[in-house]
Amino acid sequence: MIDEDTRRKRRILVLGTSAAGIIGGLGAAIPFIASMAPSAKARAAGAPVEVDLDGLEPGMMITLEWRGKPVWVLHRTDAMLESLEKIVDKVQDPSSAAPMQPSYALNAHRSIKPQYLVLVGICTHLGCSPTQKLAVGPASGLGEDWNGGFFCPCHGSKFDLAGRVYKGVPAPVNLEVPPHMYLSENSLVIGEEKEV
Amino acid sequence: MSFAKLALRWVDDRFPLSSFLKNHLTEYYAPKNFNFWYFFGSLAMLVLVIQIVTGIFLTMHYKPDASQAFASVEYIMRDVPLGWLIRYVHSTGASMFFVVIYLHMFRALMYGSYRKPRELLWLFGMLIYLCLMAEAFFGYLLPWGQMSYWGAQVIINLFAAIPFVGPDLAVWIRGDYVVSDATLNRFFAFHVIAIPLVILGLVTCHLVALHEVGSNNPDGIDIKKHKDKSGKPLDGIPFHPYYTFKDLVGVVVFLMVFTLIVFFAPEMGGYFLEYNNFVPADPLKTPDHIAPVWYFTPFYSILRAIPPLFGSQFPGVIAMGLAVVVLFFMPWLDRGAVSSIRYRGVIYKSWLASFVISFLILGYLGVKPTSVWGQFGNWLDGADRAVVVARVCTASYFLFFFLMPWYTKIDKTKPEPERVTS
Repeated sequence: MIDEDTRRKRRILVLGTSAAGIIGGLGAAIPFIASMAPSAKARAAGAPVEVDLDGLEPGMMITLEWRGKPVWVLHRTDAMLESLEKIVDKVQDPSSAAPMQPSYALNAHRSIKPQYLVLVGICTHLGCSPTQKLAVGPASGLGEDWNGGFFCPCHGSKFDLAGRVYKGVPAPVNLEVPPHMYLSENSLVIGEEKEV
Repeated sequence: MSFAKLALRWVDDRFPLSSFLKNHLTEYYAPKNFNFWYFFGSLAMLVLVIQIVTGIFLTMHYKPDASQAFASVEYIMRDVPLGWLIRYVHSTGASMFFVVIYLHMFRALMYGSYRKPRELLWLFGMLIYLCLMAEAFFGYLLPWGQMSYWGAQVIINLFAAIPFVGPDLAVWIRGDYVVSDATLNRFFAFHVIAIPLVILGLVTCHLVALHEVGSNNPDGIDIKKHKDKSGKPLDGIPFHPYYTFKDLVGVVVFLMVFTLIVFFAPEMGGYFLEYNNFVPADPLKTPDHIAPVWYFTPFYSILRAIPPLFGSQFPGVIAMGLAVVVLFFMPWLDRGAVSSIRYRGVIYKSWLASFVISFLILGYLGVKPTSVWGQFGNWLDGADRAVVVARVCTASYFLFFFLMPWYTKIDKTKPEPERVTS
């Protein structure tokens, strides 16, 4: 027979060893979990990208790669800029309340210069890259009253020509405006911004 | 004593070979009234073996490197002797695995195979199903085509929708800020070793649990209630030779269908191998129409059907996850007096039918764009017809489960027979 005192001591020993084992086991898991985080190489990638706007005619759009993501630069025409006013009641967040843009792009046209729109071309729903549907009306395939913008093929989210998300689509917020600045009249840098 | 018998005795003294074969084959008594629906368990095992064998040979030629992966798959298809055959068997096997598993699960729903005392058997099965989905998802990135890339992008971003930790979690899963070489490399590790090991362990547990409690049958009654003098169930027959040979017939028919697909329609009109996946991954351009492979589309439709709430797409993600998780609770949701659909009343039958129809419609809508059926005119603000239908089907999918404790209880059942019917 084992007396109560021995039983108690054994229980303490079992608890103590189990606790030490669990702590050790958790510690041993750290290197494996840490190894799955982005490597130094992945973190170092992501230099700013420079773009020359000289050849970008009104109504044209180019796609650049910045940090592995598509970045769009759209030269909006006056008609495109006017259309932004017309659809204020169709978009979810017309005044860009959600923090999806730097402070210098917090305005009606969501850009530094009204004509040039710079956006990260990744849908805020689940990360697909929306397609350009810049044409107005039925030519876009999106119905008579389409004002031009972007359409995400994955889950049907719609955005206007300032990257503002339409009401009633899966995407919750507007498209992101990346940090960017102008080096000169026609030279744009994506991924860097002027000290505010 | 013959040499073979001596050798067997030598082994038996050191390893329980004969008793193992007895317990699990020659003296494992299965109900004698198994029907067509009972082929799919053994067929699932067959497909698992096919996938492991073809998978091993594919890894001999495949390169898990973002700059070489796509080309190495084309190399397997064009340059490796009979490589195209091994790859088509593997890709067809993936889809057929889900065909077999969905039929196997439907069998369990029809005959109440998840009910007491088979709750753990069902849970192991559900875990296998979860692992199978993970396995299929990880494997789908490996060819590094457009659908591989954007499919992975969407699924990983589901995790980014989790409040607070989501974005960091997504980066940790990818090992980079975008789906990249790091992601491909780790998905390869999960696909070829981690998940298969877990699946093998779970399949073992599934079978051990099955042989502990015994198989259910189309009458949903316990055959152990009536035994002969030696303790064998009167309505049971030894698994070997009776069911090994019955299953062999199933295997032959299944392999005929399987090989017909492999040789004549390996892409299955874009459903088994999607056309956009013959284009190398391009991080800057999403294909015009993306849809997951057919076996995920019911859940994908549910995700797409739920509108964002409070500026977050998390509710849709939750609904999609819940659509799978709710199946785990079947043993405790079903309060019916009888197990098998043969003796259930009209209420359960109707609910099961509406569940199956919703599942199929959701599956169909998941492969189509939301505009597939056009828009309502002035009605419902001109909403997409397909979106409204998907919402109705999502509701009916969940109501099948949520109302189950209630409708199975009030359902007018027929009396179960004492002994199995033919």
